[in-house]
Amino acid sequence: MSTDASVTPPEQGRAPAFTAFRADGGAAPTHAAPIREAQRPTEAAKPAPPEKVIVRNLHFYYKKFEALHGISLALRDKRVTAFIGPSGCGKSTLLRVLNRIYQLYPEQRATGEVIVDGKNILDPGVDLNLLRAKIGMVFQKPTPFPMSIYDNIAFGIRLYEKLPPSELDERVESALRRAALWDEVKDKLKQSGLSLSGGQQQRLCIARAIAVKPEILLLDEPASALDPISTQRIEELIGELKTDYCIAIVTHNMQQAARASDYTAFMYLGELVEFDETEAIFTHPKNKRTEDYITGRFG
Amino acid sequence: MSPYIRRRAVNYTVLALSIGATLFGLVWLAFIFWTLLRNGIGAITPALFAEMTPPPGSQGGLLNAIYGSIVMTVVGTLVGSPIGVLAGTFLAEYGRGNPLAPIVRFINDILLSAPSIIVGLFIYELMVLQMGHFSAWAGSMALAIIVIPVVVRTTEDMLNLVPGSLREAAFALGTPKWKVIVMITYRAAIQGMLTGVMLGVARISGETAPLLFTALNNQFWSTNMNAPMANLPAVIFQFALSPYKDWQSLAWGGALLITVAILILNISARLLANLRGFSK
Repeated sequence: MSTDASVTPPEQGRAPAFTAFRADGGAAPTHAAPIREAQRPTEAAKPAPPEKVIVRNLHFYYKKFEALHGISLALRDKRVTAFIGPSGCGKSTLLRVLNRIYQLYPEQRATGEVIVDGKNILDPGVDLNLLRAKIGMVFQKPTPFPMSIYDNIAFGIRLYEKLPPSELDERVESALRRAALWDEVKDKLKQSGLSLSGGQQQRLCIARAIAVKPEILLLDEPASALDPISTQRIEELIGELKTDYCIAIVTHNMQQAARASDYTAFMYLGELVEFDETEAIFTHPKNKRTEDYITGRFG
Repeated sequence: MSPYIRRRAVNYTVLALSIGATLFGLVWLAFIFWTLLRNGIGAITPALFAEMTPPPGSQGGLLNAIYGSIVMTVVGTLVGSPIGVLAGTFLAEYGRGNPLAPIVRFINDILLSAPSIIVGLFIYELMVLQMGHFSAWAGSMALAIIVIPVVVRTTEDMLNLVPGSLREAAFALGTPKWKVIVMITYRAAIQGMLTGVMLGVARISGETAPLLFTALNNQFWSTNMNAPMANLPAVIFQFALSPYKDWQSLAWGGALLITVAILILNISARLLANLRGFSK
């Protein structure tokens, strides 16, 4: 099943298909379309950026239950990879392996390899705190810490850096600006993070994740609890952040995957069914199940 | 009878029984409080807070007993609460998959319901006999042992109420476990944990049995922790059983004092608990 999905999707040679897709105007995304149409062709023409994360033959177990059956794929740096599939297909589980957050629960374990920058992060000797500082994660439900907006952002920075107050202020401000939240909170930085709306809280969590300068961002359904306007802001944010990060996003929303990602992985029952450029997946999927899922016939 | 009418009849019957049972409990509580007020309010005078426990037939107050109760309650709480918080933290944060945790939890539940006179005897054996005399230290330690299981239980419960997603979010930033606990979980649970400590204080401030074996009592003003110390419950016990009218009146006053203090503590604990969810 997963074997026919190549480890790395081809980035070159997609341009004609992509043009055809745009020309007939089929499922052109709405608000983000102008930016994407301007960027896409040049991006596809450029050589693909290096692989940041390589997953090889990953199996995952909750106690005896095998949730992932030998997943192999690679995430490219400075690109957005979306994971789609019906509930329980293992996409969130896969994401939770990448920063080893699953290890908080002793009954969960993973076998196989996850190579990040040449090192297998599943090795027992890996320093989990350093690993997680390098691989940021944003969860489905907003999880602001019970402290002020400022301290929410500064918390992660203070863990690994001793900065003079003025520099810390700058880092907090720039993280909030990148998360498109600064204008809304700049006058109430001392207020509790819990006083923000759901969409603001989620952007606060994204700001908190990028404030520690990670290299990889894992987003686990970051917009599923949000209204359409907040969702749109998060998607725009993802588009801006990918210039600096390798981003993996799990989503139940296929339009979101189509709009926000460069590559899409379709998973089903713990297997990787198809993995390709997003346009390819959504215009001419090779696998029947992928096609059925994205056209809404099941899932 | 149609099923609907039957169901309604059953509903009303059970509702009436429940209300009756509640009222039955409340009536006695109100009765106790009313009796305390009626008999005790006359004894609440400035002298009660200014003078020492008197010999029979003379004027006096409860100052030494009030002082002793406050000191031993405070010391007992200061010793017992940190131990309780640490043990509760172990159960909630490190207990998962640890075979020791269910044993600790079980023993703690037994300790929680153990008769307090047993705790008094235990400290009597451990401290009073070893030191050769009764002391306020021994009284404080007996109270501390009573505080521990209360705080262990509430701490564990409150920490378990903190959503796992909050912990995961903290870990996902690369936070070491101890920092997650101290800076995130405690902060989210602090109000509930303080409530637990206050409930512990309320519990020990009226305990008599453990003090009879440990701090004993003292007719005079004493701040020496290494000597017997007066305390309200023991004074009430002694004065209430005496044949002297003025002693009995002081016992009523002391009983009212303790009850009102516990009432205030419990109400503040509730208010604090309701503030949970962090002030916006």
